[in-house]
Amino acid sequence: MRAVDAIMECLKAEGVEVVFGLPGGANLPTYDAFVDSEIKHILVRHEAGGGHAAEGYAKATGKVGVAFGTSGPGATNLVTPIVDAMMDSVPVVFMTGQIRSDLLGTDGFQEADTIGITMPGVKHSFMVTDANDIPRTIHEAFYIARSGRPGPVVVDIPVDISRADIDYEPVMEVSLPGYQPNVEGNAKQIRQAAKALAAAKRPVLYVGGGVVLGDASEELRALAASDRFPVTSTLMGLGSFPSEGPQWLGMLGMHGTRAANYSMDQADLICAIGARFDDRITGKLDEFAPHAKFIHIDVDPAEISKNVPAHIPIVGDVKSILPHLTSEYRALGADSTRLDDWLAKIESWKKEFPLTYTDTDDNEIRPQYMVEAVYEATGGNAIVCSDVGQHQMWTAQYYHFPEPRRWINSGGLGTMGFGLPAAMGAKIGCPDQDVVLIAGDGSIQMNMQELAACSQEGIDVKVLIMNNGCLGMVRQWQELFWEKRYSHVDMGDYPDFVKLAEAYGATGVRLTDKSTLVDDLRSAIATPGPVVVDVRVTEEENVYPMISPGMPARDMVG
Amino acid sequence: MMNAEGGTSETLSLDDLHASVGVRSGRKHVLSILVENKPGVLTRVAGLFTRRGFNIDTLAVGPTDDDAISRITLTVDGALHPIDQVTKQLHKLVNVIKIRDLEPGDSLARELALFKVTVDGPRRAEVMQICDIFRGKVVDVSKDSVIFEVTGTTEKITAFDEMLKPFGLVEMMRTGEIAIARGRDET
Repeated sequence: MRAVDAIMECLKAEGVEVVFGLPGGANLPTYDAFVDSEIKHILVRHEAGGGHAAEGYAKATGKVGVAFGTSGPGATNLVTPIVDAMMDSVPVVFMTGQIRSDLLGTDGFQEADTIGITMPGVKHSFMVTDANDIPRTIHEAFYIARSGRPGPVVVDIPVDISRADIDYEPVMEVSLPGYQPNVEGNAKQIRQAAKALAAAKRPVLYVGGGVVLGDASEELRALAASDRFPVTSTLMGLGSFPSEGPQWLGMLGMHGTRAANYSMDQADLICAIGARFDDRITGKLDEFAPHAKFIHIDVDPAEISKNVPAHIPIVGDVKSILPHLTSEYRALGADSTRLDDWLAKIESWKKEFPLTYTDTDDNEIRPQYMVEAVYEATGGNAIVCSDVGQHQMWTAQYYHFPEPRRWINSGGLGTMGFGLPAAMGAKIGCPDQDVVLIAGDGSIQMNMQELAACSQEGIDVKVLIMNNGCLGMVRQWQELFWEKRYSHVDMGDYPDFVKLAEAYGATGVRLTDKSTLVDDLRSAIATPGPVVVDVRVTEEENVYPMISPGMPARDMVG
Repeated sequence: MMNAEGGTSETLSLDDLHASVGVRSGRKHVLSILVENKPGVLTRVAGLFTRRGFNIDTLAVGPTDDDAISRITLTVDGALHPIDQVTKQLHKLVNVIKIRDLEPGDSLARELALFKVTVDGPRRAEVMQICDIFRGKVVDVSKDSVIFEVTGTTEKITAFDEMLKPFGLVEMMRTGEIAIARGRDET
């Protein structure tokens, strides 16, 4: 069998439905195999678009995303999605073409050291040097990408290797002596954690993206329901707990709610579940949660005590640990009234410091209102993607995610340009759900070209541009921390997004009227095919509240 | 307070909980790491140290009795870096099979060094006597130079270096430490 046909067989065996990519010289053999393969291929317009589309697909479905690129620039264009997938633990297999083996190291045409360039940003990578290794390598790549703490895996195949013929036999098992990702949580530690929860008078469950990745939302809800534990979530964990009710504190961190951040500041026990104490969460590390002891549950042992020392570490899969913890806690029969004062305190913070913004009587659209309008127009049920910046934070604050995998954004790396391709990938993975992208006018321009792929393939994404004419988050920081010395944040009135949408074969709409915004959004979302909505919002509006960088949470401003 | 058997109603006070990891040991650590013998593995290990801001003091790589496996022995300053974070990050590398943090009392560490000294006449006898004390060997002699070979702990080689300096040390080569567990157990 041709090695490239074996690649298709392996992808099929791994359950791959779709590949996002762009052909070039060094992966021509692989692309020939697509001609007769059942696997769907989406031709993106830039490899970075393909990489982020694979991420969006993976984040929406929980399956492994796949992106292809050629050697040299094809591979270097994938570097941003690769690192993005690493930072947010997204399971994606990146397959890159490489120049002929005999030319390696000679600075041949379109040669780049793909393995070397991507090494610091991958979970693992493979350079195939023998065509017979292709099937085993591909299965190992998928296994590594999806198991344990998920992440990106690169498979680099020189073009002469992919042109070879091999004796293909399906591979059922992988052999990775140094890789044992599946750890059972230690039963003694879990019991200890249950006792700590029972002893705590001011507990908080602090949940992160690991709960989404581990499909443990139900298990988290059961733990929270075993008593009246207050729950807060990172940006990446939103949706794993319903964004309403007395136990919900809102998002925590730099642009989190005061209730969430004050609760962390005052807590006596914090149970971190699939979260990693990022600097956007802790603020000033020395003054983070000064009264708290920490339970830390994570599948990656290296996260335990990396930033904040854990008192009760539990390494393992959240989906199996949480039910165990819940039943241990229930067995203790803890007196729930011990939490009365704490919950009353939290309720008072929530009442005193709700998320709020100043609306005006004119017809100008406040960006926060735009998110509320999108929530209303979608019934709160859409898969919402975002780019990176102010619009991302406002979406996190004002779109109340009821379920996991409905909120798709770039957290760790903060990649502008992530949104449109990610929305494409999400729509292909979840064709029956509405997929809307809330983008910034800056971010959208970084992968705008994928509108062509959306139009060509009929990928029904609704692009809602929160257009304030500037790089809003940078403008905000220059206003607050650089004495309003605005430097290169004004984007002017360019481009004309409506005309651009039409040029790409999509529908373009411009909205400027607050009074009709919900209805206008509703009809734009109901319009078949890709739609770009240019929503003009207030330029000088800041995301609040805010923990200033390097400050403790209790000193929130705004 | 900790109840190893569990299952009882013994309660726990949060005040009794202590975080025990993430501390700096304050001493040198010798890590003996078994890795798959594949291209790029050393780069992955070295790159991890760079990326995480850890510093490698010495590094030695060699084969094992299994062709598919190599051994990397490296030393890290436990005063500068939390050693558990170093080993946990190393464990995440798929090609890393096993890591052992060798305790000084339970292991033997050796380094090999070559010293080139310019000496002639009466001082040559003196420097060769020092070499004898350190159980070194003369491996090359010319009219105005001698090369010594010494093996031993890092401390011994450093001491020998100090002794030779006044004689006109031209250059010195050190391999970095390798180490092995004492007793019957495999490293």
